[in-house]
Amino acid sequence: MELAVSFAGVVKCFGAFTALDGVSLDIAEGEFFGLLGPNGAGKTTLISCLAGLARPDHGRITVLGRDVVQDYLAARRLLGIVPQELVFDPFFTVRETLRIQSAYFGLRRNDAWIDEILHNLDLTDKAGTNMRYLSGGMKRRVLVAQALVHRPPVIVLDEPTAGVDVELRQGLWRFIRRLNQDGHTIILTTHYLEEAEALCGRIALMKQGRILALDSTANLLARFTGHTLVLRLAEGQVLPQDLLPLSRAAREGELQLHLEQLQQLEGILAALRLAGVQIEDLQLQSPDLEDVFMSIVGTGKEGG
Amino acid sequence: MFELNGFRALLYKELLRFWRVAFQTVAAPVLTALLYLLIFSHVLEADRQVHGVPYAAFLVPGLVMMSVLQNAFANSSSSLIQSKVTGSIVFVLLPPISHGAFFWAFVMAAAIRGLVVGLGVWLVTLPFVSSGLAAPGWVLLFALLGGGIMGSLGVIAGIWADKFDQLAAFQNFLVMPLTMLSGVFYSIHTLPRFWQVASHYNPVFYMIDGFRYGFFGVSDVDPGQSLIVILVCFTGLALLTLSLLKRGWKLRT
Repeated sequence: MELAVSFAGVVKCFGAFTALDGVSLDIAEGEFFGLLGPNGAGKTTLISCLAGLARPDHGRITVLGRDVVQDYLAARRLLGIVPQELVFDPFFTVRETLRIQSAYFGLRRNDAWIDEILHNLDLTDKAGTNMRYLSGGMKRRVLVAQALVHRPPVIVLDEPTAGVDVELRQGLWRFIRRLNQDGHTIILTTHYLEEAEALCGRIALMKQGRILALDSTANLLARFTGHTLVLRLAEGQVLPQDLLPLSRAAREGELQLHLEQLQQLEGILAALRLAGVQIEDLQLQSPDLEDVFMSIVGTGKEGG
Repeated sequence: MFELNGFRALLYKELLRFWRVAFQTVAAPVLTALLYLLIFSHVLEADRQVHGVPYAAFLVPGLVMMSVLQNAFANSSSSLIQSKVTGSIVFVLLPPISHGAFFWAFVMAAAIRGLVVGLGVWLVTLPFVSSGLAAPGWVLLFALLGGGIMGSLGVIAGIWADKFDQLAAFQNFLVMPLTMLSGVFYSIHTLPRFWQVASHYNPVFYMIDGFRYGFFGVSDVDPGQSLIVILVCFTGLALLTLSLLKRGWKLRT
């Protein structure tokens, strides 16, 4: 299968600051790929280099084999980018914005596809509205629509659901999933780990301009065997001494115990009963991407 | 490398942009030019003649060309600074628009806005002053080249400026003095010797003088010489702007 996007040894510095420190990463056609990392990890810089908004100091980036610097016109035709910032052109209506965007790609009769995008993003009744009068969530949808007008084979969404309501997030992901099923490659950067876990087949974790982990979502999760028992004890109650080694960082009023195996649960409950500890609430959780993320990004090196 | 689709779409977008706010981008400068005409011709007329034509008639081509130049500059520079400040510049940086297509779309839109305003100024002055057209081809050529020069300068200024006040400084301290001191309101032969010589170093003088030649068939310097000067200016500015765009100067990090 051809590579949708390839980053090879990409370095980008802003003065003395190294934003990307030799990033190498291949994304295959048809993947739903997640790019995760804390603020300042270099995710947006990497996307900017891919989009041609920033120029790498070293390394090479290709989109379906087209070099984004040497063959930038061809590479940009293959890319649809949803920028992170909520930007808009205040002179035009939603439909005009999408028609102009289509025309940049040489598509002058694109209304059938524009109507389909508007419908899928629940924007049909806003088609004639000036961009200035749309809410933040609506403007975000138009940004997504703009990135899709030319049916790009590779779609990049840079924090597309930051600050938008649950309804839009769900609607947007249904649409993006369908595009992925139709063969579009999707690259997503997000802060919402549950989103990445639910959508992405493969994930790269970035920190300080480097890729710390790159694996399938399933493999990343599998590195974290075991379960977490979340306990809320009655007021004044404390954990028995022999359970303290299992205790992990706790949220307010909650205790978290790490279980390597599910069979440990019976012993823990017995120990609590024996110590006469009263339990207000109890939950058993499977590992999630947040555990992986915190472990790897927290230490700055690959963990498992 | 020239990308026709990107050029056409960007040109259309730029024309639609200024037309959407035509009251501010066309009607306002036409009114300003008309006020200049009424005030200056009233104060200075008194049987005064320049190049053998009444002062008010002499003034009209200068005002028309000044409007062409100032509005061409305003169009490209304000469009770019606005989209930079609001961030919507990404919409033209992400698509496959070559730097050549980018340049020509902005410069042509600027020149067209300049021509529309210039035509508006000329039309509203007709009831007050009748000025013939001795050589319409020269009028159009100088208007297009002048608009192109100021449109290119506007692209550079719009990309260079990070804030609106930086652009205003460019406009107030460079564009405005160059246009006001270029012979819009006078023939340079009426100036002291030093200022006559100094005017020859102002490229806008050649734009106004050549443009005025198209109306009256007379000018301060040979129109052929003016044409060469502004062709050189346009070529130099175009090459500079194209190289800045190719490097992605202040647009791509």
